[in-house]
Amino acid sequence: MAIVRLRGQLEKLAGSSELAVAGTTVADLLQALEQEHSGLEGWILDERGVLRRHVNVFVNGEPAKPDNLIAETDTIEILPAISGG
Amino acid sequence: MTELLVGTRKGLFVLDGEPGSTFEITARAFVGEPVEYAMRDARGGRLFAAVTSPFWGPRIWFTDGEPDDGDWQPARGVALPKGGDDALERIWVIVAGEADGLLYAGGDPGVLFESRDNGETWHLNEALWEHPTRARWRRDSGGLSVHSIAPWPGDPDRLALAISAAGVWLTDDGGTTWSHGNEGIVADYLPEQTRATAIDLCVHHLERAPGRPERLFLQFHGGVYRSDDAGRSWTDIGAGLPHDFGFPVVLDPADPDSAYVIPVTTADRVTDGCVAVWETRDAGATWTARERGLPQRNAWLSVLRQSFTAAHSGSSLELYFGATSGEIFGSGNAGASWYGVATRLPAIASLRAGRRSAGVTITLAPR
Repeated sequence: MAIVRLRGQLEKLAGSSELAVAGTTVADLLQALEQEHSGLEGWILDERGVLRRHVNVFVNGEPAKPDNLIAETDTIEILPAISGG
Repeated sequence: MTELLVGTRKGLFVLDGEPGSTFEITARAFVGEPVEYAMRDARGGRLFAAVTSPFWGPRIWFTDGEPDDGDWQPARGVALPKGGDDALERIWVIVAGEADGLLYAGGDPGVLFESRDNGETWHLNEALWEHPTRARWRRDSGGLSVHSIAPWPGDPDRLALAISAAGVWLTDDGGTTWSHGNEGIVADYLPEQTRATAIDLCVHHLERAPGRPERLFLQFHGGVYRSDDAGRSWTDIGAGLPHDFGFPVVLDPADPDSAYVIPVTTADRVTDGCVAVWETRDAGATWTARERGLPQRNAWLSVLRQSFTAAHSGSSLELYFGATSGEIFGSGNAGASWYGVATRLPAIASLRAGRRSAGVTITLAPR
């Protein structure tokens, strides 16, 4: 299973900064993450299953999209986007 | 001591003070995040905030502690059904209901949530969500919002809602079924031949007179209206106001003939250089400008629909309104005179007032 790293509010909700989660794509993994850790439900994906607009996902340090494939050795980070104004 | 809960584009501000004095900022929470609405449930003192995180989405939070002690908990169930075509955009309002632990929340896209455990878990009202007319509801520039929720004092089965832009909705069976209450409301932004059957009515705010619950007042997109039959039909009472456009309406709970509105220009939705709150004490037959102490030149304020509030009633009625300029004005004498309560806050989205004594809220504003 891939390793998901969480910070800030997501870490607090999940009760851990690092979780092992299975999934073949980023979208699969995020759905599994929210299902297995109910405190995270709706925080990363909206009701449609769409990644929230200002949330960024990185796989092994590189920006990733929902359909990117995931390997068991990958590390995934979920971070709020840069914002301002 | 009066407590003001100020929802701003950059967080929740809590202000305390005595009527007639400048208020002190005593707490902040959700720093930097849009707080659309905040209220304290008078029954147990629980504090609620509707926050639309730009990252994590809209949510209702609650705390039984002090607002800045970091003990806020996210409520569960504030979401649309999974796997559909829509996502919850925003919570606009939270209102205490007429049964133990009962609360309501209204939001975008035109949704009502109900909680029966003091706001810890919430459920979507499915009858409204699946209403067969929903396809004809219109999203306006503020979204598709359930922004006004008016319980019937003593009867948890009766409720009135206002939706922008889908008009007034009524239930007599606790939300199992809903009917329209739009008779008499004239939408002059629609072609004349469609007005009689229009459903996309842009109600800006609705309030019920608690001492005479069959009476309601509403500020429409154009016009101020009163209903004396529990919201089924409406009479235009806007004659005498300088503009028919505005957002909030506030009532004196002690006087069912009272209403306060803040007219703004139709063209740009701001006060027209001078600021006045207009008061009626005869159910809308006549209106009087209450402007003493308010800016009378070079003042183009935008006062949003949740940013005008009252505390207490009758001769001790306190009124407060906030603007997107970050200013709050208040009156400790039912609008006879006004003064500056606070300045230089972020843009104000909502304002609720309550009364505090020795750190405990003992009375809250109507609704």
